[in-house]
Amino acid sequence: MEIVFLTFILMLSIFLGFELITKVPSTLHTPLMSGANAISGITVVGAISLAGTGQHDMANWLGAAAVALATINVVGGYLVTDRMLAMFKKKGSSQ
Amino acid sequence: METISSLGLLLQFAYVVAGGLFIYGLKLLGSADTARRGNMLSAVGMLLAIVVALLDQGIVEYQWILIGFVVGAIIGGAVARMVEMTSMPEMVALFNGFGGMASLLVGWAALSTAGGTFTLVTIVLSILIGGLTFTGSLIAYGKLSEKLGSGAVMFKGQQVVNSLIVLGIVASSVMFCIEPGNSQWLYLVIGLSLLFGVMVVIPIGGADMPVVISLLNSYSGLAACAAGFAINNNILIVAGSLVGASGIILTQIMCKAMNRSLSNVLFSGFGSVSTDTSEVEGEIKPISAEDAYYVLEAASNVAIIPGYGMAVAQAQHVVKELCELLEKNGAEVNFGIHPVAGRMPGHMNVLLAEADVPYDQLLEMDEINPRMENVDVAIVIGANDVVNPAARDVESSPIYGMPVINVDHARTVFVLKRSMASGFAGIENPLFYKDNTRMLFGDAKESIGSLVREFT
Repeated sequence: MEIVFLTFILMLSIFLGFELITKVPSTLHTPLMSGANAISGITVVGAISLAGTGQHDMANWLGAAAVALATINVVGGYLVTDRMLAMFKKKGSSQ
Repeated sequence: METISSLGLLLQFAYVVAGGLFIYGLKLLGSADTARRGNMLSAVGMLLAIVVALLDQGIVEYQWILIGFVVGAIIGGAVARMVEMTSMPEMVALFNGFGGMASLLVGWAALSTAGGTFTLVTIVLSILIGGLTFTGSLIAYGKLSEKLGSGAVMFKGQQVVNSLIVLGIVASSVMFCIEPGNSQWLYLVIGLSLLFGVMVVIPIGGADMPVVISLLNSYSGLAACAAGFAINNNILIVAGSLVGASGIILTQIMCKAMNRSLSNVLFSGFGSVSTDTSEVEGEIKPISAEDAYYVLEAASNVAIIPGYGMAVAQAQHVVKELCELLEKNGAEVNFGIHPVAGRMPGHMNVLLAEADVPYDQLLEMDEINPRMENVDVAIVIGANDVVNPAARDVESSPIYGMPVINVDHARTVFVLKRSMASGFAGIENPLFYKDNTRMLFGDAKESIGSLVREFT
């Protein structure tokens, strides 16, 4: 049943993703991409449990490396997106 | 499931909240006014998910997690702070690659606790997608940052080699699922997926990079999704598929803007073909900055069409200066942004935003084209294929059918160009030979700089 349940979630979120993203104007496509990049760093959540087993085996080291890589995505992705979005200004709004 | 503690249940619900924050954050990204708040909400969702993961009872040791955090945060933070807006495509490509590699590692590590064929299949998938995203992104990074040649790499028998790799991947994946204890199949899958990533991206030329980055963006999400299946985690599936969907939509938009199918972009090595033999009538008419200034001074409606050349020359700030001077002179100034101008979706918008150009002054192709008839001067800065009238008129042109910005409908066109070398795609541009076109040769930044000096 777990498999069916997970697949259900997959299907719904893909449709939801399509709906949400088609509404993003082309002006914001670069921040959208770097923001999506940050979200794909969600792998960190999976990596954390693998890096914290205390087993000191192969899986443990792989997990730790994955934590580092995914954290680059999360931290770098959100910061750079914020940096970009802060620059977007409407006409007439003071700087 | 039935022995889950109340704390455990609470943590699972916190994941639901995190997922909700991602979704709402993406929704707010749909408008420039709310986008920044949306990004912050999404970041809060991520923080929540990470805290929940840290509270998991399975974790007995925190030091390696902490080391991973510190290393990742330092690198990510430094890159985000220092990267130039012009280099944004490279950075996104590189980050896509890291995301892919992280999923590969998580899939690999999950193997130690895996049971059941379904889990094994998802592990293979996360390794495969993650691996090809990793090397594919590295190659894309190399091409975008010009560390590698940006042209398409084609060789005889490429299709055969690729087919063999795919066959090898399928075979070794099947063997891996049958014999998960035998690690040689695992290494074979990893090696082949890394190799495949390289092979997939090398035949794609520089001008097609917006498609490739979007696609790799999508893959990095799908890899996270597969890793979510491998370790049975909902939030990975939700977040991963949101990213996957976003990348696929951007890929579609880019392909549509080039009037090409995805398979055509991926397999045809477009950037390398230069078989266009059509002779272009007319002659090139250069213009000096001084003469250009007199024309601009008399103009009341100016359209600026930026391309990748503006990014290369770092000319966005001086463009903004010129734009202000023109407005002070009483002219209406708009920017026409082609969807594939630059090396990633929305690249020009970010550069101009950096130079303080308000985003409501940036018009999309469909908005600016009907107005082109009323434009006195269209200034093309470092763009080529996206303003090529051959895409409209010349059926034999390789880019025939691609929607372009019709600058040739303006009364006068200034083309700022380094030299007469053809554009990235190597296609002749009849625009340069039109009667109403004047070429302003030189580095874009310097050319505009001298226009600005004429005004002041």
